[in-house]
Amino acid sequence: MLDVNHIRKDFPILSRTIYGKPLVYLDNAATSQKPTSVIQSLVDYYESYNSNIHRGVHTLSMEATDRHEDARSKCTRFIGAKEDKSLIMVRNTTEAINLVAQTWGKHNISAGDEILTTHMEHHSNLVPWQKLAEQNGASLQFIELDEDGMLNLSNIDDLITERTKLLALTHMSNVLGTINPVKELTAVAHKMGAKVLIDGAQSVPHMKVDVTDLDCDFFAFSGHKMLAPTGIGVLYVKPEILESMEPFLFGGDMVSQVWDDTATWNDLPWKFEAGTPNIADLIGLGAAIDYLESLGMDQVREHEMALTGYALEQFDRLNDIKVFGPKDLSKRGGVISFHSDDVHPHDMGTMLDREGIAIRTGHHCAMPLTRKLSVVATARASFYIYNTEEEVDKLTAAIRATLDYFAK
Amino acid sequence: MSSPTFDFSEVDDLYQEIILDHYRSPRNQKEIPESDMDVTGINPFCGDEVHMRIKLSGESISAVSFSGNGCSISQASASMLSDIIKGKSLDEANNLYVDFRDMMHGNDLNEDSMDNLGQAEALSGVKKFPIRIKCALLAWSALGDAVKKHKSE
Ligand SMILES: Cc1ncc(COP(=O)(O)O)c(C=O)c1O
Repeated sequence: MLDVNHIRKDFPILSRTIYGKPLVYLDNAATSQKPTSVIQSLVDYYESYNSNIHRGVHTLSMEATDRHEDARSKCTRFIGAKEDKSLIMVRNTTEAINLVAQTWGKHNISAGDEILTTHMEHHSNLVPWQKLAEQNGASLQFIELDEDGMLNLSNIDDLITERTKLLALTHMSNVLGTINPVKELTAVAHKMGAKVLIDGAQSVPHMKVDVTDLDCDFFAFSGHKMLAPTGIGVLYVKPEILESMEPFLFGGDMVSQVWDDTATWNDLPWKFEAGTPNIADLIGLGAAIDYLESLGMDQVREHEMALTGYALEQFDRLNDIKVFGPKDLSKRGGVISFHSDDVHPHDMGTMLDREGIAIRTGHHCAMPLTRKLSVVATARASFYIYNTEEEVDKLTAAIRATLDYFAK
Repeated sequence: MSSPTFDFSEVDDLYQEIILDHYRSPRNQKEIPESDMDVTGINPFCGDEVHMRIKLSGESISAVSFSGNGCSISQASASMLSDIIKGKSLDEANNLYVDFRDMMHGNDLNEDSMDNLGQAEALSGVKKFPIRIKCALLAWSALGDAVKKHKSE
């Protein structure tokens, strides 16, 4: 069990008030809050060893290089990858997926090929594939959803064929909370010779992930949703694929030798990290991983499952609210999207904000999915390690009061 | 659990009765069969949409219909707008938009302008909720753009 009261003390922002009410932060799927240890790691870097990496023989540069690469190793271990050189540092999940689309995708997906994805993707795991399909004459196929917001896999053998070159899907939906059977799907895709990209933006922060066990080819996630600063994200690529991939961006640091008219590439992973990287924020991500590991990812998951279960029970009593996503707690994460016919999500969001409660409203960067749900927008509460049942009670009471206000 | 008390008095400025009334029963929903101007406003960040069809006779607006989907403020604002611009010339409609925008941005309007805005004055409470100003402006700025486009054609 997580000691939530203790954890809350590590997050300075949680002592803030909004309109005189204690902040109830339930927008964790958008971005998480940051503990003191992460904030302090940035201060330490800038105050004591700020310098560029890989470029100097002076002490500061060596210290910064060590800490930067040490943080990469923490990421490697955290997601169960085998080698540090499999991890490319990028800004966020979106950039990671674009990198795959415009390097591996550009050279391996051609006219007549298919990219298979799902109807629950974030725009960042859809639009890059739309663009690639348009560039290379490929087409997009979709795995449909069932009533509970789970993937409908009854016709998967018709969907994954020898034309399928890539299966790109989310590990966990940021709208429905659905956790997809990515390991099983990866095995099916591999049997047909397709590669698999998993969008781990919502899974890595909340559960134990092992990319070697999943056997996926590409895996992307963002630091800012897992206690780390904004501006740092990770792309994991299977070593044998990475070896053959062309660079994404060109310039300093990604080269080995440069002549007037040509250049050779640096070793992995630096071949894919052109220019001065986000040194401070990768160090911050390392500190975030230390924090999560000190709690234990199994405990994190257990806490969120319990809280989600409690919240779903409370929502059930609201009657006038429709809740989306799987009912089975083992198949969903701590994300609850809901809808009322009487109160538009934005109005709900404004009302809850007055009570200090931060939720997300809108299409959650998943317009095709929102359309499938036959709503224009939803409201979404999403949980993390510092959230409590008391906060869920505040949320449901404020929703009740809002429904009553609009019914008056 | 003791049931908490909620004080929504601040919010009453935003959700005035007349606004909720337009939201619950939006006006001019019956689509006019023929139109001279089609106006669309979309807010890509939140998904709010308004569509208006406008029929002109000469330079003046003889009929308006609107449909849309979105929050109470965006839809009530569009509903009010569809009432107010009926019978107005395109220039007058554009002036209404400019006045409404000024009001949303916190500028004081003269009495005539206030009178012209009629019921839409109720939306002035929105300016205390900066994030919602774009909801209130959605239909109006779409109308402003459409008038400009119509005049340049
Ligand atoms: C499932 C999913 N994929 C991708 C993203 C994009 O992440 P980022 O904005 O950090 O690139 C998000 C977050 O918004 C997400 O929830």
